Amino acid sequence: MTAVTAGTAETTGAPGVSDAAVAAEQAAYEAVFDAAVAADERIEPRDWMPEAYRASLVRQIAQHAHSEIIGMQPEANWITRAPSLRRKAILMAKVQDEAGHGLYLYSAAETLGTSRDELLDKLHSGRQKYSSIFNYPTLTWADVGAIGWLVDGAAITNQVPLCRCSYGPYARAMVRVCKEESFHQRQGYEALLALSRGTEAQHAMAQDAVDRWWWPSLMMFGPPDDESTHTAQAMAWKIKRHSNDELRQRFVDIAVPQAEALGLTLPDPDLRWNEERGHYDFGAIDWAEFWDVLKGNGPCNEERLSRRRQAHEDGAWVREAAAAHAEKHRVDKHHAEQHQHTGKHGEAQA
Amino acid sequence: MSTTPVTSGAAVITGAALALGDDALVLSHRLGEWAGSAPVLEEEVALANIALDLLGQARILLSLVGDEDELAYLREERSFRNAQLVEQPNGDFAHTIARQLYFSTYQRLLYGQLASGDGPFAGLAAKAVKEVAYHQDHAEHWALRLGDGTDESHRRMQRACDALWRYTGELFQPVEGVDVDHAAMESAWLASVTDVLGRATLTVPEGPRTGAWAAGAGRQGLHTEPFGRMIAEMQHLHRSHPGATW
Repeated sequence: MTAVTAGTAETTGAPGVSDAAVAAEQAAYEAVFDAAVAADERIEPRDWMPEAYRASLVRQIAQHAHSEIIGMQPEANWITRAPSLRRKAILMAKVQDEAGHGLYLYSAAETLGTSRDELLDKLHSGRQKYSSIFNYPTLTWADVGAIGWLVDGAAITNQVPLCRCSYGPYARAMVRVCKEESFHQRQGYEALLALSRGTEAQHAMAQDAVDRWWWPSLMMFGPPDDESTHTAQAMAWKIKRHSNDELRQRFVDIAVPQAEALGLTLPDPDLRWNEERGHYDFGAIDWAEFWDVLKGNGPCNEERLSRRRQAHEDGAWVREAAAAHAEKHRVDKHHAEQHQHTGKHGEAQA
Repeated sequence: MSTTPVTSGAAVITGAALALGDDALVLSHRLGEWAGSAPVLEEEVALANIALDLLGQARILLSLVGDEDELAYLREERSFRNAQLVEQPNGDFAHTIARQLYFSTYQRLLYGQLASGDGPFAGLAAKAVKEVAYHQDHAEHWALRLGDGTDESHRRMQRACDALWRYTGELFQPVEGVDVDHAAMESAWLASVTDVLGRATLTVPEGPRTGAWAAGAGRQGLHTEPFGRMIAEMQHLHRSHPGATW
């Protein structure tokens, strides 16, 4: 989208411009925006966009970024205990990727005029959320595999359509994120397969992990369509391309045959193929648990957030030092340049 | 598993590979402990990157002389040959950076020398020296920021440099099979570290560069107390399932 760029404040605020003229101008901008969205064009940072669109994107991108950095915790919990050096390398690389995803996403939010610091403050003070899935604990090594297979699998199902999101920087960040996530999912599946085909104890560990992660993974798609507050508008803006229930069904349809290949069962007695629908039917999700965890009563809500706050507080002196050093360096450089201008090269700092 | 031909100097090579490999393995583990707790998101990425490089080096070195997992997970504390410096707990970010500065400066010199020779580690060293150059650059930049940052960061960085100083002498004790000029390396190391600390407005520590144990204690399998707890955590799961594959 290129027709209308930002910078309207000066013109709309200029004296002598009537209210009617301002309204007409606003309507013209909206029409261009709507037409761009309808034509599947990308909205770019300098384009005019409705404030509600901007706010909705910031909310979604921030929640996604926060989920990446909080999501490092349950997996980092096993880095120091990974049972082979190969698994350790894979897990470290995965947790590193999540930090990288956090960086891209906070940068995408910055293109909308919201700084990383501002968003981190909102995370730390509980004013912005992260995915509730990370409020469940990783109790055994198999949980690392189950997270890769199910949680990353659900995330990919959610995120692949975001590569076509109407907002350019978010869509482009998601292309890269999705490539890495699909590697994560494969490694999770492969780790579970090794456990499932391993000793009796390893198989039991894998089954237990899948039993605990299956339902929370289904909840990752968010509340049912008729209870989702953001879906309709987000779909109209082409931020979101499919409803929560559609994506959840897509995930179940993919996961069931994978579970069979793994030699593991899914903890849902109602799970069966429905010939008529061409989809798997599945049992009722415990939405009371979902809302309860979302409200802060999950097994790890307190722990995840306090660990994040602690890391941020412990790091404050480091960030201050970096800022102070950069400032000194900037001043030195400035002085050196001034000396050069006045012909006193020799006095410039060593 | 190794397919390297066993030479008459096999025991010598084993000892050398374990010394270098254990250094990398143990420091990688310590850096991995930072995951999720780094002071800024960019450092989550950087510390993990360094940890992964070191783990890669460790896997190559250990695989030269045995099964990497048997060596990492089934040896007792007294059989590890890493220098005591790398097993020191992370402490605050300044301690981690001081440890990185001391170690990466040493490792860069070491791999530089090994890469230019024709010994069993030349191939690994040629590749690793590029990684380690980045590690040293990272440590040096942070040493400058922390040393010449705020009063608090200066104080913390000085304390960290002082505390870890006594573990640096061990790095230059000759290791049989590591065919480098240790004395030349030590003077180059001192010159480099002195230069960085000076530019960081820090004082070069004055204390002795060896601890209460005889110099080279880690290389002989004598470690500090935190190391036992570190490998207990590292080895627990693997040891709980004897014979399992992962």
